Parts: sequence; C-alpha cells; structure tokens
Amino acid sequence: MAIFLTEGSKVIVQGMTGSEGSKHTQRMLDSGTSVVGGVTPKKGGQTVDFDGASVPVFNSVAEAVGATGADVSVVFVPPKHTLAAVVESVDAGIPLIVVITEGVPVSDTAELFAYAQSKGTSRVIGPNCPGLISPGKSNAGIIPADITKAGRIGLVSKSGTLTYQMMYELRDIGFSSAVGIGGDPIVGTTHIDVLQAFQDDPDTDAIVMIGEIGGDAEERAAAYIEDNISKAVVGYVAGFTAPEGKTMGHAGAIVSGSSGTAQAKKEALEAAGVKVGKTPSETAQLMRDLLEQ
Amino acid sequence: MVGGAWAAAGHRPVGQSQKDGDTVDLMEYQAKELFAKHGVPVTMGVVVENPEDAHDAAQRLGGRVVVKAQVKAGGRGKAGGVKLAESPEDAVARAGEILGMNINGHIVRRVLVAPTADIAEEYYFSYLVDRTNRRYLCIASTEGGVEIEVTAHENPDAVAQVAIDPLVGVDEAKAHEIVEATGFPADVADEAVGVIQKLWTVFVEEDASLVEVNPLVRLGDGHLDALDGKVTLDDNADFRHADHSAFEDKGAEAPLEAEAKAKGLNYVKLDGAVGIIGNGAGLVMATLDVVAYAGEKHSGVKPANFLDIGGGASAEVMADGLHIILGDPQVKSVFVNVFGGITACDAVANGIVNALELLGDEANKPLVVRLDGNNVVEGRRILDDAHHPLVTLADTMDGGADRAAELAESSAPSDRS
Repeated sequence: MAIFLTEGSKVIVQGMTGSEGSKHTQRMLDSGTSVVGGVTPKKGGQTVDFDGASVPVFNSVAEAVGATGADVSVVFVPPKHTLAAVVESVDAGIPLIVVITEGVPVSDTAELFAYAQSKGTSRVIGPNCPGLISPGKSNAGIIPADITKAGRIGLVSKSGTLTYQMMYELRDIGFSSAVGIGGDPIVGTTHIDVLQAFQDDPDTDAIVMIGEIGGDAEERAAAYIEDNISKAVVGYVAGFTAPEGKTMGHAGAIVSGSSGTAQAKKEALEAAGVKVGKTPSETAQLMRDLLEQ
Repeated sequence: MVGGAWAAAGHRPVGQSQKDGDTVDLMEYQAKELFAKHGVPVTMGVVVENPEDAHDAAQRLGGRVVVKAQVKAGGRGKAGGVKLAESPEDAVARAGEILGMNINGHIVRRVLVAPTADIAEEYYFSYLVDRTNRRYLCIASTEGGVEIEVTAHENPDAVAQVAIDPLVGVDEAKAHEIVEATGFPADVADEAVGVIQKLWTVFVEEDASLVEVNPLVRLGDGHLDALDGKVTLDDNADFRHADHSAFEDKGAEAPLEAEAKAKGLNYVKLDGAVGIIGNGAGLVMATLDVVAYAGEKHSGVKPANFLDIGGGASAEVMADGLHIILGDPQVKSVFVNVFGGITACDAVANGIVNALELLGDEANKPLVVRLDGNNVVEGRRILDDAHHPLVTLADTMDGGADRAAELAESSAPSDRS
C-alpha cells in the first residue's frame, strides 16, 4: 500500500495540452503512472501522442471520468483558471485533486477548499506544490521518479526541492509515499492530514516531516503527533538563519499563538517527542538510527 | 496608535515570499484611497514629499493638523513618525523632522498631512486570512487605538474573533454577528453594520490578505471614521487588478533586490560573506542554515544572501544570479547548491560554465558547486572538463557549505576575529 495514490490510481491531467502539462504527463507516464486522459476545454476528441502512450483529451472532467473512471486529477492550468478547474473536478466527484499551479490567489484557494469541504468527496493537495509520489506505483505531479525506490518511509513536506533532497539522502531505504503539500497560506492538505494517513498505512514504518519558517502548521502538527501518531517521526525545519524582524505580523500571532520561527517549530516538535535534525543530512541520519533500533 | 495586524501575510521571513505568493503592503494613504473607493468613511488629508508643501496642505485643512510618516512599516508612532502641528508653519517643521527618518529600516519619503479628528472612542477592526482554519477571520475590539496583540493577551474577552466562510462572505447577517460579538455601542451599531460590509468589499474586491483599521473611531458627531488603515494585497491576484501596480514602492527597495526582482529572481540581501545560489525556496533556506553551521568552524562567516533561481537554472538565469551576488562587495565566496529535479544537472552545469563566460572578469570570487539528482554524472563531468580556475566541485551539501565557508574565511581574515 501507500497513501492517497496507488498502482490502481487512474490519473487525468487538467491542462495536459499546455507545455508544462504535456512535459510532466510524459514524465508521469515514464514512471509507470496510469494516465488515462487529459482535459482541455474545446480540444475534446483529440489524442496526444506521448512516448509509449496515446492519451485521449476530453472537454470536461465529467466526460473524462465517464469514459475512463479516473479518480485522480493533476491540475496544471494557469492561476486564473485554477479555481474553476478544481470546482469542475470536485463536481465530477474526483476523490484526489492535485494542484501543481503556482501563483493562485489566496482568495481562490480559500474558495476552492471551502467548496471541496462542502461537497465532502474530494481531497485537494496544493496548490503550488510538487504533488505526490508512491515510488514504483504512481506519480501525480512533478516529483522526479528516479530519485528513490519504494520503501517504508513516509515523507510530508512544504517544499519541493527540499523534498527531493531528503528522498535522495534516504534513497537506499526508500519511501512508501512522499507528499509535497505546498507552502501557500492556505493548502488543501496539511501536515496533519498526511501524518494521519501514514499512521494508518501498514506499509509505512516511520515518517519524515519537513517544515519551513512561517505560519504555525508545524506547531499544530507537533501537538497532533503527541496525541495521535505512534509511529516514529523525524523532523526538519528550514530557515534557522533567516533574519529576524521579518516575522508574521500581529494579528497572525494572535491567531496562531506562534512566532513562526524555525526555533519555535523545532522546540514544539521536540516537545512532542520528534527528533529534529539541524540539516537535511543530520535528519536523514536520525531516521537511519531510528530504523536500526 | 499604530500597531495591530500589520503584515499578517506581508512581513514574511526570508524565502517565504515566493512560496506564499508575493504580497504588497500599502501605505496608510494608499489604504485609505481603497477605503474611500469602496465607501468606507475616511478623512483623506494631503500627501506631500517635501516640508514646504506641508504649509499649503495644513492651511487648506484648517491649520491644526497631524503629520504622519508614510512607510510600509509598523511602529510609526513610537518611532516619532506621527506628530501634531498647531499651525501651517509648525506643519512644515514637523514634516521636515519626519521626512528622511528611518523607521524600522524604511526611509520616509512622504508624509500625510491630515486634519485633526475629534475622537470620542477608538475601536480595532481587521479582516485577514486564517491559515489555520483555511478561511477568513474578523478580529475586532472596542478597545482600539492600542496594540491589539497586547489587549488580546491581557484581556482576550475584549477581542472578538469571528470566522468567515469563504463561500458566503460578510453579508448583513454576518455583519450583525460581528457587531454583536464585538460589543459596539448601540448608537454606532447600525452604522458599524454598513462600514463592516464595506470593509469586506475592500477585502474581497481588492484581493487583500489583510485589511486593518486601527483605530476605527467614533467622532464627536457620532459617525465612524477609519482614522488609520493597513492593507496587504495578494500579488497573485494582480491579473485581476491592473491598477495595483501603482502601489509598488520601487524606489524604496535596496538596489540589488530591485535588480533581482526586475529579473524575476527571489533575492534577499543578508550580512555575511558566502554568496548563496540554489533552486527552490526550501532548499535555499536549508543551504543558508548549513552554511551558517559550517561558518561556526570558520571564524563565524555567514551567508551573504538568499537567492532562489527557481526550477529553470538556464545559463541566463545563472548568469543573472551570479551577477547580482558578485555585485555585493561583502561576498568573498559563492556556494551554488542545486538539486536537479526537473532540471537536469548537465543543463545546470552548462549554465554555470556559460554564465562564467558571460560574466568574464566580473567573475572574480571562488565558486563551490554542489550538484545532485537528475543527470548528475554528466553535470559533474561538464564542470570537470571546463577546468575553470574559480570552480570547485563538492560531493555533498555539507561538504560544499564547509568549503565555501573556508574560502570566505581565508579571503577575509581582516574583518573577522
């Protein structure tokens, strides 16, 4: 098993005919993902030839779901169309919607998340995220598939390239799933959601959680870990040396009760029993030590 | 009277800006222009950029005025950036004192000359993005005019927090709920319901991530007035707001940061000697940390900057990045830390080689390069073959950081103890 995404996942790509969409569709296909269709309004009926596959294009998500039984949508459409694209996928009943698009207005994200919640049938990951991968099974997004193999570590991260770095550090052990949740002010899936999914996944033995300065998602995750996660968790927080004086403002602090610094996050995680590395390599070593115990 | 929710999303730590989407903090007079546009009651005043012009402005406003620094920073009052003037002559003197002041790193280049207000009561009001609950939040209090976080800490019951559903927004019923939760006095409650809805219009229609009025005042005549305002706009929504580009304060940015921004690079100048280039905000932040730790063993050298060149890492982007970093006289060595995810390492290596050619004599500091990931063998071979005298290859992120710190230490022995 893995979380959210398995070998049975049927993926459609919204915006597949665009340059980013087609480039990454090829990469997803190369890594063994079952990409069953693309959605581009007014281009339905065409097929796009990729190296190794010919993928049909549909006018709408509903049409694509009807024809293919797709249960994952990866969204590459431009920011101004992202809200509509996600609403369309929610309405079509797609259970997992992965929004890669960077630069989505926060009000659009707030609306699309609230809409998905109101329907209760779709999980949104992102926006502004690298997506998720279950190595050897399926790859929904832009995470390079060849960094690491399938294994028993779960990874959740705000950051893209830092995710890749951590997968690389632990490439000999391998990952059940790696989920890039994105670092926008509002994201569809949080550290907590992913931690719980890994907790429930019999094929995940231990979890790496990567955070960054800003907000209080890591502090809330720490509290959640203390009460709900029995599997070993190792943490890393980037931004210890970021200059002070550029922290979250006053109302933000009232809401979150946290300063948002890396040190505050590290302390919160350690208080919850999570070992936190100072660097990516030290974090990887902490995970190795844990797994050898 | 300044303070409050300034920059709930705006003053982010280094590296957050790209990931969060950039935001633009507005100055008070700009915020008030948006308030006025949407029917929120404000007293505008006159913006001037030199002391002499304050004379006319004060005269037109009746002589007795408040002169207020216009900067994108909180703490103006405490810093002496808000002063009462008794006459037009006095206004010139006060404007002269305030213009050119440095308030939390922001140089004051204009002041707002505003009429004095007959204040009966001061309230606090804001709308912001609630990251935790992934919706919007209204924070309001009848104890305004002070630093709201102090009130929230000492007397939390005096600060109302009302959740707002993004699918519904602030309609009349929600406005009534806010008024009730805040405890606005009965004689301003009806007017407050209207003002609160108009402030919501500012928040939604201008794509703000923060709208704050502190203080919202009840004047002697019983009416409400937004006496001071702060607005943070969401840059990601600029495609809906061609008019928002007028709010950018280009002249106030540091020159290197302005140049980087013009080239689409996310650069923040810091105070150290090791220049940093990397791809992806998280990895670059981690690189700063690793360099700072390595620096502890090398006379305490520190990272000189944050620079995220993003996913592309073409020769042009690499050359632009190196050009900016080498333009910082404090830089003694440069650490290029790239994980080839989508971008292949051979392309990055070619980018570095070509960038050094493009830069010619300008490239005069040692470069430590660490490449990993997609096509790394070919990438390292390209750099090996190029035999550039300035370039050292590192096998790991930690090793590269250590080497770069060591190089910075050895070339700058005099200014480090």
